[in-house]
Amino acid sequence: MKDPRILSEKTTYETFTQEEYMEMKSDLLRPVQTIGKWGKIWIAFLIMVCIAGVVAYYIQETRSKYVTVSLRDYTMWGVYISNFVFFVALSLIGVLMSAVLKLTHFEWYRPLSRIAEIIAVSAIMLAGVSIVAAMGRPDRLHYLFLHGRIQSPIVWDIIVILTYITASLILLFIPLIPSLSTCSNHLHNKPKWQMRMYEFLSLGWEGTPEQWKVLKKCIKILTVLVIPLGVSIHTVTAWLFATTLRSEWDSTNFGAYFVSGAFLLGVAAMIVAVFVFRKAYKLENYLTPMHFDKLGQALVLMSCIYIYFNVNEYLVPAYKMSGLHANHLLSVFIGKDAPLYWSVVFFGMFVPAILPLFKAMRKPVPLTVIAVVVVIAAWFKRYLIVIPGLAHPYMPIQDVPKSWMHYSPSLVEMTIVSATFAAMMLIVTIFSRFFPIISVWEVAEGKLEGKDEIINYK
Amino acid sequence: MESENENNGRRKFLKFGLLAGGATIASIGIQKNLLSEEKPLTGKKVKVLTADGHLVEVDSSHVEHHASNDPYTAEEIRKGVEGRKFIRVIDLSRCANERKCVEGCQKAHKILAPVEYLKVKRMQDSELTSPYWMPTMCFHCDNPPCTKVCPVDATFKRTDGIVAIDNDRCIGCKFCMAACPYSARTFNFGRPEQKKFTEANKDSIPDNYCRTSYAQEGTVAKCDFCTSRCEQGLLPACVVECPNGAIFHGDELEDTVTNGEDTFRLTELLRSRAGYRLFEELGTKPRVYYLPPVKRQFPFEEATEAHNTQE
Repeated sequence: MKDPRILSEKTTYETFTQEEYMEMKSDLLRPVQTIGKWGKIWIAFLIMVCIAGVVAYYIQETRSKYVTVSLRDYTMWGVYISNFVFFVALSLIGVLMSAVLKLTHFEWYRPLSRIAEIIAVSAIMLAGVSIVAAMGRPDRLHYLFLHGRIQSPIVWDIIVILTYITASLILLFIPLIPSLSTCSNHLHNKPKWQMRMYEFLSLGWEGTPEQWKVLKKCIKILTVLVIPLGVSIHTVTAWLFATTLRSEWDSTNFGAYFVSGAFLLGVAAMIVAVFVFRKAYKLENYLTPMHFDKLGQALVLMSCIYIYFNVNEYLVPAYKMSGLHANHLLSVFIGKDAPLYWSVVFFGMFVPAILPLFKAMRKPVPLTVIAVVVVIAAWFKRYLIVIPGLAHPYMPIQDVPKSWMHYSPSLVEMTIVSATFAAMMLIVTIFSRFFPIISVWEVAEGKLEGKDEIINYK
Repeated sequence: MESENENNGRRKFLKFGLLAGGATIASIGIQKNLLSEEKPLTGKKVKVLTADGHLVEVDSSHVEHHASNDPYTAEEIRKGVEGRKFIRVIDLSRCANERKCVEGCQKAHKILAPVEYLKVKRMQDSELTSPYWMPTMCFHCDNPPCTKVCPVDATFKRTDGIVAIDNDRCIGCKFCMAACPYSARTFNFGRPEQKKFTEANKDSIPDNYCRTSYAQEGTVAKCDFCTSRCEQGLLPACVVECPNGAIFHGDELEDTVTNGEDTFRLTELLRSRAGYRLFEELGTKPRVYYLPPVKRQFPFEEATEAHNTQE
C-alpha cells in the first residue's frame, strides 16, 4: 500500500465524480433518447434505398438474368462477388479496432469498440446477402447444408463466416449487458416494448462483483477467439480465388494480402464512422481529435503493410512476366483497366501512406476526407481483383458477342450493391438509436482506473 | 409349452391372413383408381417394342420413363457406363474451321448460339509459327479442378471418365466456371431466345440427339461427350458431323479411337503422332489429346466472318 503509484491512482479515482458520471451517461444516452429530424430523414433515405434494392432483386430473379444482369460466361462473377469480398474485409474492423487494441492495452479503444463491433456484424451479414444475390439458384441455398462437401472452399467459407457472425454477435452483446440496464434505468418516455426489451436482454444484470467477474472473463475469451476467426474468414475468402487454376489469382500470398487490405479498410472505415457519430450524435467529448490522430497513424502503418503485399502480389510476377500472367498483368498496367488500377494504387495506398504523416492531415476533417477516398478505392480494389482477371483467361476469348467480352455492371446490379450499403448503414444506425453506441461502462471504468488516455493524451 | 406355441402360431397366421387380405383389397382399389385416372396426352410419340415383337409408336404419357428419349434423371446421370473409359483425340491437321461440329453439337443439345459447348479457337503459338484452328471443349479431366470446388457435389467425375453435371443439384455459384482453366463451362442466364426455343422444341428429337438437355436456368452446362450416345455405342454429335474426321472418340480400355471412318490404336496414334494435352503443366490430366497441326490437309485460312455477333 506504500507504492506511490497506487496512491496516485487513488487520487485520480476521486477526480471522477458521481456528477461527472451522470453527465457522461446522459451524453451517451442522448442519441437513444431523442431522434432529431435529420436522423429520421437519414433512416427514411436508407430504407428507401433498401426497398429499391429489394425491387431490383425481384426484377433480377423474375426476369431473364441475361437481360437484367451483365454477367456472361467469361466474367461470370461480377460486382456481387467483389462487393462480397469488400464486406468480408470490412467485417475485420471488429478484430482490429476492438480485439487487437483491447488485448494490446491501447486504452483509446474503449469508445471505439462498440462502433467497430456493430459495423463488423452488419458487414458480415451483408456479405452473405451479396453472395445470395450472385447465386444462379438462390432457391437451392439449403442444398449447401443438405449436400455440402467439405472439400469445397465455399463450404469452408460458410463455416468460418457463420462462426464469426456468432462470435461477433456475442462479443457485441456481452459488453452491452451493463449498458442495457443503464438504458432501462435512465431512459424515459420510451415505448413500453422498448423498456421491456432492455429488461429482457439485460438478463437480470445487477452489477454484483461476481457478475462483473464473469462478464470480464467472457469478454476476454471472446476477444482472443475472434482474432483467429477474423483472420480465417478473410483468408478463406482469399482462397475462394487462390484455389482455382487462374493465373491472376494463382498466388501463395493471397490470404495475407487480403487480410492486410482488410485492416487498411477497417481503419479507414473506422475514421469515417467516428467522424459521423461524433458530428451526428455530438460526441465530441468522447471521440476526440486524439482518436483521429491515433487512427491516422494506424492508417499509415496499415497502408505500408498493404503496399508491401501489393508489391509482392504484382511486381514479382510482373518482373518475370510469364506467358500465363502477362495477359492479365498488362491489361491492368497499361491496358483497358490501367486508369482504374493506377487510381486505386494512388488513392488507396499512397495517399493514406503519405498524407497522414503530417500532423495537420490527422485532424478530423482532412483525415476523414482521406479515409473516404481510401474506402472508395478499397471497393474498386476488390473489383480489380475479381473482374479483369476473369476477362483474361488462358484460352483466348474469340467469336463472342460484344457484351461477353466487356463487363460493366447493369443498373439492377448497381441498385442491389447500393442497397447492401444502405442496409449495412441502416443496421448500424438503428442499433445506435436503440443502444448507446459508445460503451458507457467501458469508458467509465477506464476513467475510474485513471486512464485518461481513453479520450486524451496523458 | 408346445400347445401354447401352436396356439400362438395359429393366431399369428390368422393375423397375417387378415392383413394380407386387407392389403390385397386395398391394392386392387388403388390399381383401379390408377387405371381410371387417364393421364393427359403429351402429343410426343415414342417407339416401344411390344411383347410379340412389333415396333409401335405410342404417346409418351403411356410410358413411365422412356430411357432413350427423356433427359437424364438425377440418378442416371451419376452412373458411369460400366467397363468404359471414354477418351478423345483431335487431329489438328484435319481441322479447317468449318464449324460443323459446333452446329451439330448445338443441334444435338438444343442450344442456340452464342452458347457453344464446343468452340473452335484460332491459336498461334508464336509470331513465327503458323496459326491453326483448335476445337476445344470440356476435357473431362482426370484431376478436374471444377469438381473439387463444387460445394454441393453437383458436378462430379463418373467411372467412365465423363465429368457430368446434375442440374437438379446445381446452386449456380459458378465456382466451377472460375476454377476451369479451359473456360469450358457455360452458364444458363435464361436468355429469352433460348427459353423460347427450349419451350418450342421440348418434345422434338433432333439428329444425333443427346439426352443431356441444356441446363436449367441458373445452372451450369458444358460438353458432356454426348453421354447418352456414348452409352448406346454411338459416336458423339461433333464426331459424326465433322466433314474432315478431325475428332476421334473412343475407349481407353479398348485402346481404340475412331472418327467413324478410320479407327486407330490409341496408344500407337498418340506415340507416332506426338499427341499432347492442353496445359499439361496445370496437372489437370485432360482426357482429350491433340495431334499437332503438322502435314496439314488444308492451308490455314482466316475466318472472315464472326459467327456469334448477335447478343
